[in-house]
Amino acid sequence: MTPERAQAMQSSSTPDRSGIIPTAIAKPEAAAPTEKIAIRDLKFYYKKFLALKSVNLSLHDKRVTAFIGPSGCGKSTLLRCLNRMYDLYPEQRAEGEIVIDGQNILAPGVDLNLLRARIGMVFQKPTPFPMTIFDNIAFGIRLYESLPRSVLEDRVEQALTRAALWNEVKDKLQQSGLGLSGGQQQRLCIARAIAVKPEILLLDEPCSALDPISTQRVEELIEELKSDYCIVMVTHSMAQAARSSDFTAFMYLGELIEYNATEIVFQNPANRRTEDYITGRFG
Amino acid sequence: MSVATFDQSRYRARRIRSRVILSLAWVATAIGLMFLGLILFTLVIRGFSAWSWALFAQDTPPPGSAGGLRNAIAGSLAMTLVGVAVGAPIGLMAGTYLAEYSRNSRLGQIVLFVNDILLSAPSIIIGLFIYQVMVARMHHFSAWAGSMALAILVIPVVVRTTVEMLKLVPNQLREAASALGTPKWKTITLVTYRAAVQGLLTGVLLAVARISGETAPLLFTALNNQFWNSDMNAPMASLPIVIFQFALSPYADWQHLAWGGALLITVAILGLNILARSLASWSSNNP
Repeated sequence: MTPERAQAMQSSSTPDRSGIIPTAIAKPEAAAPTEKIAIRDLKFYYKKFLALKSVNLSLHDKRVTAFIGPSGCGKSTLLRCLNRMYDLYPEQRAEGEIVIDGQNILAPGVDLNLLRARIGMVFQKPTPFPMTIFDNIAFGIRLYESLPRSVLEDRVEQALTRAALWNEVKDKLQQSGLGLSGGQQQRLCIARAIAVKPEILLLDEPCSALDPISTQRVEELIEELKSDYCIVMVTHSMAQAARSSDFTAFMYLGELIEYNATEIVFQNPANRRTEDYITGRFG
Repeated sequence: MSVATFDQSRYRARRIRSRVILSLAWVATAIGLMFLGLILFTLVIRGFSAWSWALFAQDTPPPGSAGGLRNAIAGSLAMTLVGVAVGAPIGLMAGTYLAEYSRNSRLGQIVLFVNDILLSAPSIIIGLFIYQVMVARMHHFSAWAGSMALAILVIPVVVRTTVEMLKLVPNQLREAASALGTPKWKTITLVTYRAAVQGLLTGVLLAVARISGETAPLLFTALNNQFWNSDMNAPMASLPIVIFQFALSPYADWQHLAWGGALLITVAILGLNILARSLASWSSNNP
């Protein structure tokens, strides 16, 4: 699918779909989304194995995009291309273009640390650093800004408040981040990611290790954060994609099968395989 | 289903074979433990009677007069300390390179292999090596030379444990740090080391335990000293060498002191091992 076509399909005025997407129009924030990330002809290799076969995709600012698909379809791989996390592993490489705000981040000479400082990432398993709750949040801030203690404290408080964790940890900021519950740890990681004021948030199955109540809190948080960020989320839960995302990309065997407004993908998928997957016929 | 349907004789033969093998295993274990028990028993009985205030307060005596092991204890402590202070940082850095920078690279695999050879190299070879490069050129034995021989013994032990401990740190933690835009060296020093700190300390402690009983490398380097000496540039006494010298002597009072020293070393190494083990188990319970 070309970016132009993907763009066209999201547009609420596409004539042949006008009758079936009123929910998409009804959303108050559905005013024309701006493109944040453009993925063009992206191929990804694990050694010789081709894991992504020419993916074209346009991701929008201040929206949540969910990648769904069966295990091994390449959705996490695609996510890890967006901050070039794969660069940590010499046997992995990507070809094509990923343009963020006009800059192709796959081009040689891109400073990976500066790139990643602009893109927050939260992982499947909570990954608090072995240090205090305060230092977990301050860690990323200290990397790129040298702030007086009081300003740093404010930033830590802001980040924890945004991540809906402040009330639970404000009296134990000097305790280890490892002592928190799984759900709290995951919110700590979200707070750590947003503390450095990124523009994009990548969430790699952020709720798969959490209980339903923690999952709900994280989903509320995603809803609350999307007014400021371009959020891209990988999820195994179709219900979560339907609840939390504005756009959904269905992937299968390294290919992008369908990409559209979430309502359309779930209520009237264009592709047979998408329909089979979301109705639980495979996957 | 009756029991007679399967071959009774085969089953019986298998049971007998199992019992024979199990008994052999028991006997082997008992023999091994018996020798360990005998050694420890003799050591405690004969060594403990030599423990007194004088053992720690007086220097090694000439035969026939009273004395202790003060100079040997101090010498062992000093040379072990310097050896670890030199060897542990080198081992930690080399281990970090192998675990964090050269994983899967050919050079890394070769270095790790060579390190394992060094790990099992006879310590007397290390002593001869230092004799050649230091003692022979300086024209005298010295505690510095002894410390360097011990440092060379420390390096491969620390490299091995550092590599193993850093490998245990989940990659997700490194990814999480990189995802914030952390430069690699900061990820290693601020996050990975912190996650592995107990394991790294355990490795250093095990290295201390390893070198505190070494005799051969000191024989060619620090030699021995009958008297109190605080000059690292001069020959220095150490517990293993004094034990070696006194235990082989015909004098009963020297032999008595050797037993006391042997017990002292054993207790110290046992203590270090227990400390290392408890640190390791503490770290695995507090990831």
